[in-house]
Amino acid sequence: MSERPRPNPDLLLAEIKREEQLAKRGQLKIFFGMCPGVGKTFAMLQAAQARQREGVKVVVGIVETHGRAETQALLAGLPIIDRKSIDYRGVTLEEMDIDAILARRPQLVLVDELAHTNAPTSRHPKRYQDVLELLDAGINVYSTLNVQHLESRNDVVQQITGIAMRETVPDTVLDQADEIELIDLTPEHLRKRLAEGKVYLGDRAATAAENFFQEENLAALREIALRVTAESVDGGLKRGRWQATQRLAVGVGPSPYSAQLIRWTRRVASAMDAPWLAIYVETSTPLGEEDKARLTKNLSLARQLGAEVVSTAGDNIAAAILEVAREQGVTQIVVGKPLGHPAREFLRGGSLATKLIRHGGDIDIHIVRGEKTGLGQRRRVTDWLGSNLLRDCGWGTGAVGAVTLVSWLLQEVTGYWAIALVYLLAVVLLAMVLNRWAVLVVATLSAVLWNFLFIPPVFTFHISHVHDLMMFFMYFVVALSMGHFTNQLRVREAAERRRERRTAALNRLLESVTASTSLADGLGRAVKEVDALFVAHTTILLDGAPHATSTFQPDEKELAVAMWALQNEQIAGRFTETLPEATAMYLPLRQHGVLGVRFAERTTLTMNERDLLETMAGQIAVMIESYRLMEQAHEARIAEESEKLHRTLLDSVSHELKTPLAVIRAATEGLATQLDDVPLGKTFIDEIHAANRRLERIVTNLLEMTRIESGKTPLNPEWGEVRELLESAVDQLANEISRERIRLQLPDNLPLVRLDFGLIEQALCNLLINAVQHSPAGTPVEMAARLDAGRLELEIRDHGTGLTPGEEKKIFEKFYRGANSKTGGSGLGLSIVAGIARAHGGEAFAANHPTGGATFTLRLPVETNEKRFDH
Amino acid sequence: MKSVLIIDDEPPIRRLLRLTLEPAGYRVFEAEAGQLGLQDAAAKRPDVVVLDLGLPDMDGLVVLQRLREWSTTPVLVLTVRNQEADKVAALDAGADDYLTKPFSTAELLARLRAIQRRAPEAQAPVFVVGDLTVDLAQRTVTVQKSEVHLTATEYALLHELVRHAGKVVTQKQLLRAVWGPKAEEQSQYLRVYITHLRKKLESNPQQKLIRTEAGIGYRLLAD
Repeated sequence: MSERPRPNPDLLLAEIKREEQLAKRGQLKIFFGMCPGVGKTFAMLQAAQARQREGVKVVVGIVETHGRAETQALLAGLPIIDRKSIDYRGVTLEEMDIDAILARRPQLVLVDELAHTNAPTSRHPKRYQDVLELLDAGINVYSTLNVQHLESRNDVVQQITGIAMRETVPDTVLDQADEIELIDLTPEHLRKRLAEGKVYLGDRAATAAENFFQEENLAALREIALRVTAESVDGGLKRGRWQATQRLAVGVGPSPYSAQLIRWTRRVASAMDAPWLAIYVETSTPLGEEDKARLTKNLSLARQLGAEVVSTAGDNIAAAILEVAREQGVTQIVVGKPLGHPAREFLRGGSLATKLIRHGGDIDIHIVRGEKTGLGQRRRVTDWLGSNLLRDCGWGTGAVGAVTLVSWLLQEVTGYWAIALVYLLAVVLLAMVLNRWAVLVVATLSAVLWNFLFIPPVFTFHISHVHDLMMFFMYFVVALSMGHFTNQLRVREAAERRRERRTAALNRLLESVTASTSLADGLGRAVKEVDALFVAHTTILLDGAPHATSTFQPDEKELAVAMWALQNEQIAGRFTETLPEATAMYLPLRQHGVLGVRFAERTTLTMNERDLLETMAGQIAVMIESYRLMEQAHEARIAEESEKLHRTLLDSVSHELKTPLAVIRAATEGLATQLDDVPLGKTFIDEIHAANRRLERIVTNLLEMTRIESGKTPLNPEWGEVRELLESAVDQLANEISRERIRLQLPDNLPLVRLDFGLIEQALCNLLINAVQHSPAGTPVEMAARLDAGRLELEIRDHGTGLTPGEEKKIFEKFYRGANSKTGGSGLGLSIVAGIARAHGGEAFAANHPTGGATFTLRLPVETNEKRFDH
Repeated sequence: MKSVLIIDDEPPIRRLLRLTLEPAGYRVFEAEAGQLGLQDAAAKRPDVVVLDLGLPDMDGLVVLQRLREWSTTPVLVLTVRNQEADKVAALDAGADDYLTKPFSTAELLARLRAIQRRAPEAQAPVFVVGDLTVDLAQRTVTVQKSEVHLTATEYALLHELVRHAGKVVTQKQLLRAVWGPKAEEQSQYLRVYITHLRKKLESNPQQKLIRTEAGIGYRLLAD
């Protein structure tokens, strides 16, 4: 190719997202080997010991030593999480306790045997799913894996060793590993270890040596393991270079061969580091239960192996595949080698492969041979028997018999040619109700009967006239094709109706959701739709509890499944990979809740149905979201309005109270200048001044108290210096307290702090006034500040009589006046101080100082600028 | 003779202000509502405006904004609102200073004097308060006759305070003038540099030159 590969924005974005996610996710390291006994667990434990020495918090999630002494020794010193016992049908099984690990939050956890299948009723059926959850929680994982457990190599290994592996791990898990360490051992060396009893003990060693551990087997497995490791290293290199210009697609159907095609495609795609699709084309032919189950299995296999699954509909499979392929920019398509008889393929207008090749244009087509597994043909027969074919044939034969009887009577009147039309009518009518194979039977049977009973010479298959012979063959062809086309039409119509029903269901859901008047109403309508469409009972969990509209109530165990779905934002429960023993399927409604569906009678859920359900869950989530947003907006509006009202009220009260005070103050000040020669004039003026100031303070305090208590005073925190804060409070009171009385004690190296300086200054002023009021004139007032563990302590100490024991708390209450208070205060100053402290998340408290006087302290949590700001 | 326009809806306050301001040498105009105040401001061209924020017909802030659309007349805001946010809003809307009711008459006269003082550059290139001398032409700063070395940022900050000497300058105004509009929220810069300035300029801890108005801004003493 002459065109240079260019970074595609989508790929770049995907890469950035991947990196972002990686930053939060735990790292996965896999110790990879060709077969048991190469020393993976041993190597993992050695590495873990090294990490622990480096100070990493390591725990053992689960490690199987298989009684190997050297491995056992390496466990020493590593904390082990106790296994969880699971009782299943009277047997106690032990599994890794994933919740205990999550609760403990280690930096690194060791999880042996990644491919292990968990005991039934565990959270996940497979251990690798546990590992993925641990990684999602940000915990690093070390694990071990043998090549024969790798999904895409599963069939190859089976061919080599003849042993089928049921425990497999999807390749995507290996792809996600941040590091793969190949534990390599030569086959000779391994067999030596086996003979020494280092792998299996006793008789098992001998059996193993004869079966699995044959030298050829080991050599082949080793080669595969080396290749997988090499590919993953290669993949790491390629990702950096943006070369993913290739895109593969594989056609997936219900055939058992499909699984092999999927694995083949995955291997090629992974070697090329290319993304790949699995395309399923839904045709008008309805699938039997067996086929449906197999299709779902194939599609989920593809999904597990990392394919993007795309389904489309159409009877021309080749055209549908090519359409999707072109849309998605696929460069290579993988299909199976045609298995049908060449003649049949010819009648169908060529096999799928031929059609793809003919119309594929610039897309490369790979034709892959499918291994005969024997399953295909046998299943086909059972399908046939299981279907309605026999019943349909019976009905058809009966109907043809009846027609024959009628015709026998009619023939005297009409002659035998017209009988053909009667038969034809019967075939066409039957084609509208019967299976296509039954229609074939009926058409053939009617032709034979017509020949035998009506065409002269009767009661023989012999036809004497040329025109009768012609008539017979024409009848045969017309009956067959009419029957076939009528049947096809009916089936297609049925498929169309199914698709329509699905679209209609979505539309109905959308409509009823749009028409809903409240969240509860909307949920009720949604539940009704889901119930009707899936013949199920539905529950909607919001805020951890089933909503009132639910039509079934999940028990505690089911709720746990639902919560898992919500927390992990993944589908869980029945028909899924997670907790499939649950009685219902749980779909997360984004972060808002969970949709639980308990199907009435059903053994499978097709991919399409699941997609439909997911789409519906998406719609419901959007509805919940919009109602919640509306609610929030409404609440915000109410809050805003009430705050506005409150403010207006406070403003007008302030205005009414303060205006006369301002007038009194200005008037007395004016008067003072005129009264120089009036005896005692100055004294009276001073009295008025003092009284006025006191009134001013009370009014200010009352208003301030109301403001703080309303909780509607947003804090306005800003950065500032503590010294500045204390001095500014002292400056404020310059007229009331002489500067000489105040002693500041504070360390020089206090950092900047973030507080609402206006409010704190007011609190300090109140405390200073309080101190002056309760101590003899001329005694010092000490102000101190210190920073201790993220808390700022501001302390004001007087040298007065101190507090009466027991009133340390009461003095911060509203309108409480200390027993020792001489001058009348409003009893509000200190409660404002406490209010301001609370608004900052801090506290105010008072105590007597051991050497006399009272100490008032504000303790406030603060943000400091230490290491934040260099100057 | 200087003239002053009082925009306040309370007759006793207007009367008292007249009684206080006339002996101090001001010609006093009165307006009892915002709209009337704006008309008078245009018609009578007062030298200074005293504006109450709580007016019956419109918010005092709106009056201020309308006035600032065409006039640079100094404005002293009178308010019963004790919240810093209100004061900052008034200052940022173009008020030159504020006074909270009840206020002392002496304070009122001092503030009115301060806000009418023209920018020092236009008046004299040398600004003196207490021990501090700032020569705006030479860009030199002396405290008690000995020259003090300031960094460029410190000088820019001091210059801004000198330009508004006697008046309160909001944090936002200072940050914008010294660090640019993008730094308006970075009040910690300001704290740090104000601390530096104080250390260098305030030789006598009892005599504070730069006063903090908590939650609002700073004021450099003028006389």
